[in-house]
Amino acid sequence: MHNEHIQEHFNNRNVTELDSNYYMVDIAPYPTDGWGKFQRVIKRAFRGELFVGLWVVLREMIKFDTHTVQYPAEKMPIGPRYRAVHEMKRLWESDTERCIGCGLCEKICISNCIRIDTKLDENSRKEVSEYSINLGRCIFCGYCAEVCPELAITHGGEYENASDQREHFVMYEDMLTPLDKMKAGTQLEFEGFGAITPHEDERVKKTPLAY
Amino acid sequence: METAYFVETIIKIVVILLIFSALAGIGTYFERKVLAFMQRRLGPVNVGPFGLLQVAADGIKLFTKEDIVPANVVGRIFKIAPVITAATAFMAAAAIPFLPSFTIFGYEVHPIVADINIGILYILGIMGVGLYGPLLGGMASANKFALLSAARAAAIFISYEVITGLSILAPVMMVGSLSLIDFNEYQAGGITDWILWSQPVAFVLFWIAAFAETGRTPFHLIANDHEIIDGFGTEYSGMRWGLFFIGEYANMFFISFVMALLFLGGYGDGSFLGALGLLAKVAFFFFFFLWTRAAWPDVRPDQLMWLCWKVLMPIAMINIVITAIVMM
Repeated sequence: MHNEHIQEHFNNRNVTELDSNYYMVDIAPYPTDGWGKFQRVIKRAFRGELFVGLWVVLREMIKFDTHTVQYPAEKMPIGPRYRAVHEMKRLWESDTERCIGCGLCEKICISNCIRIDTKLDENSRKEVSEYSINLGRCIFCGYCAEVCPELAITHGGEYENASDQREHFVMYEDMLTPLDKMKAGTQLEFEGFGAITPHEDERVKKTPLAY
Repeated sequence: METAYFVETIIKIVVILLIFSALAGIGTYFERKVLAFMQRRLGPVNVGPFGLLQVAADGIKLFTKEDIVPANVVGRIFKIAPVITAATAFMAAAAIPFLPSFTIFGYEVHPIVADINIGILYILGIMGVGLYGPLLGGMASANKFALLSAARAAAIFISYEVITGLSILAPVMMVGSLSLIDFNEYQAGGITDWILWSQPVAFVLFWIAAFAETGRTPFHLIANDHEIIDGFGTEYSGMRWGLFFIGEYANMFFISFVMALLFLGGYGDGSFLGALGLLAKVAFFFFFFLWTRAAWPDVRPDQLMWLCWKVLMPIAMINIVITAIVMM
């Protein structure tokens, strides 16, 4: 309800005479002569505004309504679209890796922080042999997640990636969803950049080539 | 007798030094807590219960930090300046009666180091000497912000010291003595005897000047963080900076004692309740120093000097004249 009100307020920005939310701020004319300045000093000195300020801070102290989030112990909830350290997802059907080693993420990365190397495995299928992201360079723009054709690389919610070096890397094995998590069915799909939008099935249209 | 007096004085000095050094530290804790609560924060919470040991952590940090004397500073003056601030703050405490006299093990103790008959003059004089800490430290630092701070310190000192002296003159005329104990005896009859009621203007003027004297927020100009970094303290590190800090906070406590003794009846009749009353008054004044820091903005140096010379000084003069006429 409250949000709707704000939304409405921001959507209608036309300042009309009918809109009673707007009013002119009363600004007194600036004093030019000595007598006017003296009057202003007297008015300011005895209007008691200093005590208003004192009361406000004292009231807040008595109410003791602190807004501190004690960070390492408490954490703010983050949105599902939050773009933090990357994750590599697995296929729901076979628990195998979604990444097909196409290298598009390496190509599109504007800060050149992704390196990928692939080789052919025993079945002559392409597999990722090396994959690393330099988190010191990554700007978390989300292009890699957007360009990924398999929804393999996505962003995750792990934002505590402080390091004692500027170059610190996250490797493929660390980003990959662990198998036990996969077996438990708790892999979370990323809702953010590059993800399939909700109700995608209804929007898909058959192209002329589909037969 | 002489030996006993000597030993007693030494013990008093040590006790006052220890208590107020510790109080300066705890004062920073209270300042951080009160400011935090007023700004809807928590303040220090991690070190010890309710963050109480934060003071100890800060102390350890200050004592173990490297003592840096930068290039181009005037070495000797740079090193002596923090000592001046801290030493003068504690020297001023010599003439302050902290509690009424009490008897311990059959021996009567006067909790004042030296009951000199010019107590208030001595206190104001020594606190005035305390100005040399920021002034010399700022000038010797080879840093433009420190130099600005030193210039401000001198300019502000001249302004507020006039108000301090003139505002206190009227109560001194009424009491007829400069000793703080005489001031206390004059108001010993209870709350109606307080000089606050007969000299409200002098009280307000002295209070305003106390803010300038201790450099607290409405007049926090010589170390105004957003204008001149830390002013005279910019180039200081470790315990040298800590001495400035101890001096500033000890000064806040002592000026609170002086205000309570001069205008609010001090410890009254000398009973236990009176002693508690004095501590309560001091606590209120100290709290007010923190309170204003949360609530009020800083003024510019020119505004402070305008206030002191053009508004407060004439009021103080008029107050003295009216007091004199009434006394005649």
